[in-house]
Amino acid sequence: MSEIDKATVAKIARLSRIKIEEDKLEPLAGELNNILGWVEQLGEVNTDTIEPMASPVNAKLRWRDDVINDGDKQESVLKNAAKAEFGFFAVPKVIE
Amino acid sequence: MTDLTKLKISEARDLLAKGELSARELTEAHITAVEGFDALNAYIVQTPEKALEMADAADAKIKAGEQKGMTGIPVGIKDLFCTKGVETTACSHILNGFKPEYESTVTQNLWDDGAVMLGKLNMDEFAMGSSNETSYYGPVKNPWRKGDVDTVPGGSSGGSVASVAGFAAMGATASDTGGSIRQPASFTGTFGIKPTYGRCSRYGMVAFASSLDQAGTITRSVRDGAIMLESISGFDPKDSTSIDMAVPNFEAALTGDIRGMKVGIPQEYHLAGMPGEIEALWHKGIEWMKEAGAEVVDINLPHTKYALPTYYIVAPAEASSNLARYDGVRYGLRETPENGGLIDMYEATRAAGFGDEVKRRIMIGTYVLSAGYYDAYYLKAQKVRQLISDDFARAFEQCDVILTPTAPSAAFAFGEKTDDPLAMYLNDVFTVPASLAGLPGSSVPAGLDADGLPLGLQVLGKPWDEETVLKVSEVIEKAAAITAAPNEWWR
Repeated sequence: MSEIDKATVAKIARLSRIKIEEDKLEPLAGELNNILGWVEQLGEVNTDTIEPMASPVNAKLRWRDDVINDGDKQESVLKNAAKAEFGFFAVPKVIE
Repeated sequence: MTDLTKLKISEARDLLAKGELSARELTEAHITAVEGFDALNAYIVQTPEKALEMADAADAKIKAGEQKGMTGIPVGIKDLFCTKGVETTACSHILNGFKPEYESTVTQNLWDDGAVMLGKLNMDEFAMGSSNETSYYGPVKNPWRKGDVDTVPGGSSGGSVASVAGFAAMGATASDTGGSIRQPASFTGTFGIKPTYGRCSRYGMVAFASSLDQAGTITRSVRDGAIMLESISGFDPKDSTSIDMAVPNFEAALTGDIRGMKVGIPQEYHLAGMPGEIEALWHKGIEWMKEAGAEVVDINLPHTKYALPTYYIVAPAEASSNLARYDGVRYGLRETPENGGLIDMYEATRAAGFGDEVKRRIMIGTYVLSAGYYDAYYLKAQKVRQLISDDFARAFEQCDVILTPTAPSAAFAFGEKTDDPLAMYLNDVFTVPASLAGLPGSSVPAGLDADGLPLGLQVLGKPWDEETVLKVSEVIEKAAAITAAPNEWWR
């Protein structure tokens, strides 16, 4: 499969919302290529008729009554926030 | 009186029941042991006052005739489990200062039974590691040394195994995503068991890879493991993957009788280049099974070699999604670059908060889930995962339980594998397949290598058959009859 280059690492970093310094892109490309090169061996396995397995549990998801069973915990929810104002999470300005 | 920290859970339970020991005495002895355990860096938070309060409550419970298996037993909690009002960071800087407003179900189950919390235990950051070297709080030392050389305790449950092996907890909670209970148990001569996926609630357990994560226990005997596992297990409506099934009396499964049982030996686990000592220990285990009257059968798990690469797609993919929640907004660290906007804040926070291995896995996961690569990597891995699971289902038509080595080596030195992620990943070669299939598995101390370091054997069972895993584990424990213990160099 395709080799990961510096530009691809920068793109993945952006998608992951992790700032990566310019001088770290090249070494990271090497590390990621090593790992991806190694997982490539899965290509040897014939999976044409196999359904993907998402979970080891085959049980159906349970239903419950559509009622409010928790809530009214504004203080608890905000307690660990880096910044909370007027009962909301506060973040840097989004709209210019 | 003898050193109370050397007691097994089962022994302490019996003394507590007879009134010959109080939970307070037992807890005080352990608080002292924890205080003298700093050199190993196993505890990152100590809660002695809380422990004494809980001990007094336990003594009252015992007096009232309400004693359960874990009542009054001092335990350590892996930092992955949310503990109300007590800092919980999964040993990541990004959760700096996080004090949960709620309790995980696993720990709540322990407290409901009267167990006593000694503190929070070190681990690899977000459980991503096999040597406890990725923790933001620094590595944990293994109580077992190779001569004068320090060794890693394994990971990710490094603090859990070190505290139990070093007599600074009677038992500890742990979690297993690809081997994080079994591999460190093998490295420290402790008993680790990971139950069937769905047996323990994941509510309040910091998520790494949700389709793989499962809680379990570390103890100094199989019997103790049965007692503690029973306490943490059970259905929980707060976890959609928790299964509504009665929890058996696990201790009652320890009959020692495995006559006529079929023990499967997977031929694919004979790895080229595996140390002779591991191969020899496995043979010894097979002999013990025969001597106990079990029938040993060769089985095949043909997709074994694809388990690790499958895991290193599935687990990072789930991690990249789970760890998206760390955004500097709702909890933990926030880094705000000057004149930066919201996205700059996200990116700076995550750059400062995550360690290298976590970043690597988030990025791999993001890549394999991204447009154009999803089918080739992620979907492909999920299909191979099904084949690996099918291998086990077929094997269990021929046998009741599977016996393998736990890890391909004994504990290694610090820094030995940190430069090469792939070499580190290989540690989990024997544990990952069962994690992918969601099967119950244990690691039982079975011998020592030439350097005097512990080695474990792995027992894998059918889904929901922890009882057979425990029963076979106890037979191995008895046959191995290990009396060696760490020399307590930290005292």
